[in-house]
Amino acid sequence: MTTYKIYIPRDSSALSLGADKVFKAIKVEAANRKIELEIIRNGSRGLFWLETMVEVETDQGRVAYGPINPSDIPSMFDREFFLGKEHSLSLGITSEIEWLKNQERLTYARVGITDPVSLNDYEAHDGFKGLRKALKLTNQEIVDEVTDSGLRGRGGAAFPTGIKWQTVLNAPSEKKYIVCNADEGDSGTFSDRMIMENDPFVLIEGMIIAGLAVGADQGYIYLRSEYPHAQAILNEAIDIAEKNGFLGKNILNSKFSFKLEVTRAAGAYICGEETSLLESLEGKRGLVRYKPPLPAIEGLYGKPTVVNNVISLATIPIILDKGSKFYADFGMGRSKGTLPIQLAGNLKQTGLIEKAFGITLRELLYDFGGGSATGKNIKAVQVGGPLGAFLPEHQFDTPLDYEKFSEINAVVGHGGIVAFDDSIDMSKLARYSFEFCAIESCGKCTPCRIGSTRGMEVIDKIKDGIDQEKNVEVLKDLGETMVHGSLCAMGGMTPFPVISALNFFPKDFGLEKSET
Amino acid sequence: MLTDNKLLKIEEHLTVLKDKPGALLPIMHAIQDDLGYIPEESYEPISKALSLSVAEIHGFVTFYHHFRTKPSGKHILQICRAESCQSMGSENIESYCKEKLGIDYHQTTEDNSITLEPVYCLGNCACSPAVMIDDEVIGRVTEDKIDELIQEAKKNDNL
Ligand SMILES: Cc1cc2nc3c(=O)[nH]c(=O)nc-3n(C[C@H](O)[C@H](O)[C@H](O)COP(=O)(O)O)c2cc1C
Ligand code: SF4
Ligand code: FES
Repeated sequence: MTTYKIYIPRDSSALSLGADKVFKAIKVEAANRKIELEIIRNGSRGLFWLETMVEVETDQGRVAYGPINPSDIPSMFDREFFLGKEHSLSLGITSEIEWLKNQERLTYARVGITDPVSLNDYEAHDGFKGLRKALKLTNQEIVDEVTDSGLRGRGGAAFPTGIKWQTVLNAPSEKKYIVCNADEGDSGTFSDRMIMENDPFVLIEGMIIAGLAVGADQGYIYLRSEYPHAQAILNEAIDIAEKNGFLGKNILNSKFSFKLEVTRAAGAYICGEETSLLESLEGKRGLVRYKPPLPAIEGLYGKPTVVNNVISLATIPIILDKGSKFYADFGMGRSKGTLPIQLAGNLKQTGLIEKAFGITLRELLYDFGGGSATGKNIKAVQVGGPLGAFLPEHQFDTPLDYEKFSEINAVVGHGGIVAFDDSIDMSKLARYSFEFCAIESCGKCTPCRIGSTRGMEVIDKIKDGIDQEKNVEVLKDLGETMVHGSLCAMGGMTPFPVISALNFFPKDFGLEKSET
Repeated sequence: MLTDNKLLKIEEHLTVLKDKPGALLPIMHAIQDDLGYIPEESYEPISKALSLSVAEIHGFVTFYHHFRTKPSGKHILQICRAESCQSMGSENIESYCKEKLGIDYHQTTEDNSITLEPVYCLGNCACSPAVMIDDEVIGRVTEDKIDELIQEAKKNDNL
């Protein structure tokens, strides 16, 4: 009897649309029809408007069907989808789907293709090649490779990863740490989650290489508490890696040892800020620390510590495997390599796109995103999470590039793009930015703690038509005070979304004159 | 007052975790996962085990949104209030849930079934609006879907 190979994703966004129900329905139907299936729970390819997307292995490669609901299953069996045959929900050969074909998947090379917790799958798709190469290099050679790749931190601040590693390597200490920032607090972002759920070994490999490079033997993944699926998958993968000699003592029979552990966060946005994160890992309240000292010099328990975002670390293996030049050849200007872009909000086609820097917002919103989900005009987008500016239509031709964005007072940040259609009231979003800051402030600085509440009141007054001219001035002054009087970007950047909303959409605030 | 059994459980978690670096965070998770909340009666034994003041422990618990000092309902329904979900109508979902359950955020229904909480992004922004019930994330939520979730949750309560 022939066995047919079927793929059904286990990514939590796919599950949120019913992937488990589809899985069960296919199993039951196959049993009833006495058809032998080998079902693999792969990761998601990141085409979320097509989830649950089911794939079948054929001689021509994998073919896809989607979006599948349990009610579609009987007709799919009638049409013999397990042979790759046509159905009204056929999407053709998966790798030929435009959305995927037009990407440059480096960090995400395996995502959606492999079984996330299969070590065999991982190694068959170039897994642990970077580590094997790194084990033959000196510490300095590894760090040089990372520096030369031009990789900049993907967590938000875009600091060169190689320079951070060099600082930790140079810091004399018996004990050093690698901390992975998996707090992914920015709304509109899910790329960290997708790596952890869909290719956990690549993060583990990146952390091992980081430890090897700087001389650290302990790693922690500080994981946001809202990600229980990621937690389970990471723990499973760490366990498998340990049992197979990739973690623990004498990794791959080398002299190098490295231990890795997942620590669950507790729902505080500020704990994504690296020093607050370290306080939290130490079992304290997440109050932001003064810098200097940098965490690279005095980090966790006062020891030199690499704190890197999930994507930064997960990009290390391919850099070590293919070489720094290979990676640096992607991108533009000082923004080298690729960025996992997350299209979210009011768009027809949302999901994950890994692309070399340089693509414009317009291309992303219309060519990939297909325009708004509601069919109305896209009024604004917010890029880079809750502290990122709102960009109006006339800025949609800005290419994704750290410097180009900063020229227009915007940030690329963690690569999340949230689109809003023209039914949105931008003054409400501005008010929400302050509200979020008030809820999440760690409380250390007055402008952030008190100013955020003040900000909501001022916006209310402007909207109620009370002393508008004066209150607009108050709002701008407050913004200035927060930008200059805050210890971290929570208070320091909250004015960016607020002031951009005010400048570009004054009508939404009940103001006549448009400044755009 | 806490039952002896609950105090015993707290002691057990302390024995297992107290020597870990940064022990307070995993200890609090263990207690809340086990008992559903962090009873104030736990502060005393924790303070002894970790040589921390009760005030420090109180400060810690109140800093983190995830930790609760009162029992919740049997299920926790979290509604995402963040920007991507706002762009897809989460405000309507929020008001629908509040009205349907007859409670506001941080409150529990009279039958002790559901506690309503806000959340700021579930990493499901490609499928906004999103909610989470217990450990399950639900995407592209509609009012009908909410009805279904609540019904499902209450059905299981009565088993
Ligand atoms: C308020 C605030 C929240 C942050 N949240 C995150 C986060 O959730 N994830 C993250 O990787 N970095 C976050 N950062 C950035 C970190 O402080 C830090 O720059 C980053 O972890 C460094 O890693 P990278 O160089 O690999 O980006 C946040 C910063 C601030 C100010
Ligand atoms: S700006 Fe806000 S969050 Fe940042 S340290 Fe100051 S009070 Fe804390
Ligand atoms: S903004 Fe709601 S899930 Fe991310």
